[in-house]
Amino acid sequence: MADGIRDKVAIIGMGCTKFGELWDKGPENLMVEAFQEALADAGIEKKDIGAAWTGTCYDEVSVGKSAIPLAATLKLPFIPATRVENFCATGSEALRGACYAVASGAYDICLALGVEKLKDIGYGGLPQNEVQWGTRLRLVFPNLTPPGGFAMMGTRYFAKYGLSPQDGKHALARITVKSHKNGARNPKAHLRREVTIEEVMNAPIVAWPLGLFDCCGVSDGAAAAIVARADLAKKLRPDPVYVKSLQIAASSGEEMAFTEWDYSNVECTVRASQRAYKEAGVKNPREDISMMEVHDCFSITELVTYEDLGISARGRAREDVEAGFFDLEGTLPCQPDGGLKCFGHPIGASGLRMMYEMYKQLQGKAGPRQIKNPKLGLTHNMGGIPAVNVVSVCIVGH
Amino acid sequence: MAIIGITSYGGYIPYYRINRLTIYGALGWLNPASLLPGEKAVANYDEDSLTMAVAAAMDCINGAEREKIDGLYFATTTAPYRERQNAGIMATVLDLRADIRTSDFTASTRSGTGALIAACDAVASGSAQNVLVAAADCRLGKPAGYLEEVYGDGAAAVLLGKEGVIATIEGTHSVSYDFVDHWRADDDKHNRAWEDRWIRDEGYSRFISEVISGLLRKYSLAPKDFAKVVYPCQYIRAHADIGKALGFAPQQIQDHMFTAVGHTGSAYPLMMLVGALEEAKPGDRILVASYGYGGDAVVLKVTEEMARAREHRGMKKHLASKKDLGSYEKYATFRSMLGIDTGGRGEEIAPTQLSTLWRERRTILALCGCRCRRCGTPQYPTQDICCNPRCSAVNEMDSYRFADKRGKLFTYTGDILAFSPSPPAIYGFVDFDGGGRWMFDLNDCDLESLSVGMPVELTFRRKYRDVARGIHGYFWKAIPIRA
Repeated sequence: MADGIRDKVAIIGMGCTKFGELWDKGPENLMVEAFQEALADAGIEKKDIGAAWTGTCYDEVSVGKSAIPLAATLKLPFIPATRVENFCATGSEALRGACYAVASGAYDICLALGVEKLKDIGYGGLPQNEVQWGTRLRLVFPNLTPPGGFAMMGTRYFAKYGLSPQDGKHALARITVKSHKNGARNPKAHLRREVTIEEVMNAPIVAWPLGLFDCCGVSDGAAAAIVARADLAKKLRPDPVYVKSLQIAASSGEEMAFTEWDYSNVECTVRASQRAYKEAGVKNPREDISMMEVHDCFSITELVTYEDLGISARGRAREDVEAGFFDLEGTLPCQPDGGLKCFGHPIGASGLRMMYEMYKQLQGKAGPRQIKNPKLGLTHNMGGIPAVNVVSVCIVGH
Repeated sequence: MAIIGITSYGGYIPYYRINRLTIYGALGWLNPASLLPGEKAVANYDEDSLTMAVAAAMDCINGAEREKIDGLYFATTTAPYRERQNAGIMATVLDLRADIRTSDFTASTRSGTGALIAACDAVASGSAQNVLVAAADCRLGKPAGYLEEVYGDGAAAVLLGKEGVIATIEGTHSVSYDFVDHWRADDDKHNRAWEDRWIRDEGYSRFISEVISGLLRKYSLAPKDFAKVVYPCQYIRAHADIGKALGFAPQQIQDHMFTAVGHTGSAYPLMMLVGALEEAKPGDRILVASYGYGGDAVVLKVTEEMARAREHRGMKKHLASKKDLGSYEKYATFRSMLGIDTGGRGEEIAPTQLSTLWRERRTILALCGCRCRRCGTPQYPTQDICCNPRCSAVNEMDSYRFADKRGKLFTYTGDILAFSPSPPAIYGFVDFDGGGRWMFDLNDCDLESLSVGMPVELTFRRKYRDVARGIHGYFWKAIPIRA
């Protein structure tokens, strides 16, 4: 009987570059920077790494396909290296590969590194990548962008709960204001300016009902994690961070085709988080989780995620948001580092960037953003659109 | 001789119109004598002759038994493809049988009536039972030229057969001359024309009179024998004069729609015929004539079956459902006249895998999905394993056509980031009446007019144009229900 990976693997070192429009840095530079920080943090040598996973999403920019760019750039000595890609959950997927390899007993120490160089695209937003849906679906999909895919969830959510555009957008703006406040205190964040509700609500529309500040930034960055067998981790450093669960769920196809799903939630988040809570022994997430980094690609995604994670009741996340429940000083701080909102979303790196903040918080090294005595941190990393997606939920703690 | 004639009809006029004064306001300074009255119909940026012909054909065969159609003739001077049979695309789109005859009729504004006569002959000879004729045109006049205001966009379709004939075809007559009053060579985008006075007097006036007189003589008929006479002309006053000279009273002359739609080329005589059929009573005779390097003329007689004819949108409902485009710049953008900066996002078009398109032709062109034999769930696109989590039947699917189903707008957005020649790019999910869901681009609407739950229908449109590879990619879009 399988018993999962709870407490079998620990993170012993992490690295994260500054995220931003890094015009003077290539993806190779970013990989090296994140890797060297992680290596130094773990206090190990390159030769101690048994196998490596790299996450990158967009082949058309950045380093291309395969794990060769990782191995060749970092000069890894002919070790097993694998590239993973799972839309915007790619970074967490890289971490999952490394953690499960250690948990299997095959390796003592593994590396996960995610990188994306988005600012070589030549226009704003993510690449216009029609072929990502495959040769058949691209012929029957609308001319869709990520903001539009998530905006449809806003339209539906507002309609379902009878929110006026004004009330709905106010709650979304409150989420953005909170994240910007946190990001302003983070030297590694891309966007470091606090914003007001009025600014957010009056910003130009990108995809109705989402405005400019409802959308995360687009940036370059890399992040890395070195994971080790739990029993070994304690010998390598006094404060390793233990992986309690690392779950992932992919759409079954019923959301897109079957009319029962109502587009006001993300079903994969529900499924992945329920499995993660079970594996991690979390009974009541609203009370047991100390802090979290969720996939706030858009403000509406964060709102809906509160409900899908079982933190807020269905249709009630707005009340928690307006009450400050998720503020840095609130009951369950969310996006203490500023989130995708302030970091932007270099796809392959984001899942690992979220983990970087949870790791530093659990070690008490989060500086002006330090949350008091956190026990369990949760990351939620989502790829695709609400109707068809992949979601990773990871829980870490002491 | 068996009764042969029209068993059904349909029409299509695009939603958008442009006031000719708007065109004149933009470019009239170049050609002050060009002003014409009224407005003209303008195809949306994603419409062309093929998509408009499909819309008219759907209006025509809505409720008919598609599997009985064994011929499809498409008439146009503006086919999207010069080589790739346009009628063949249309037959797939309409989900017709494969063992049918399909043909394109082209190169003259007479091709619509040419296709009609050929279809009639095919049915008369017994080589086909039910032939669908669809005509459409989307001709582009050169900016600031007279023809820019003359040409409008539209389509008409008629189904020819022997059963349930609502208008019998009693006779035809044709004349053919190489009278080059207008022409377009193989590399030309726009028509060229000779002097207007010559076209009016020696062209329209002479040949329409000749073909109608010839027909009357041939069948010993007189103008008084007709309830309506239908013929095109691009000069309003000359249009009235031609009928008058032939001995028709003003009330016998069918409305030319020139000030509402414009000259719709191959489709024009058939669109006016549809307009005449909408008002016709059993026993009425209708004379339809076309013009273009000579002319065709056809005598129809409306039967008692007309009372049982299905409801169509035809001309009347499409004329009433419209929106003014507002600006010449928007018109010029829709017709790709400006070479606008699409931005990097609008430049990128992935290659079209033609083997995929072939394999998935019914999925993509006919909007056919499947319906699970076990649980009855309609689903799109076709699945091998049922999407109903409580069923999951494997390979127990029947084909299921969504194109003629209506649905409700489940959710939507208006996207400024996505490239669109008419931003915002509007798209959303449609829940089909009877089951099934898919995500579609929406068009012919404003974002402000949409609401969750509103009824929508499907329309066949051009999804992309891959100029570098010579591909017109088509798919279906949702629109608010029209009329």
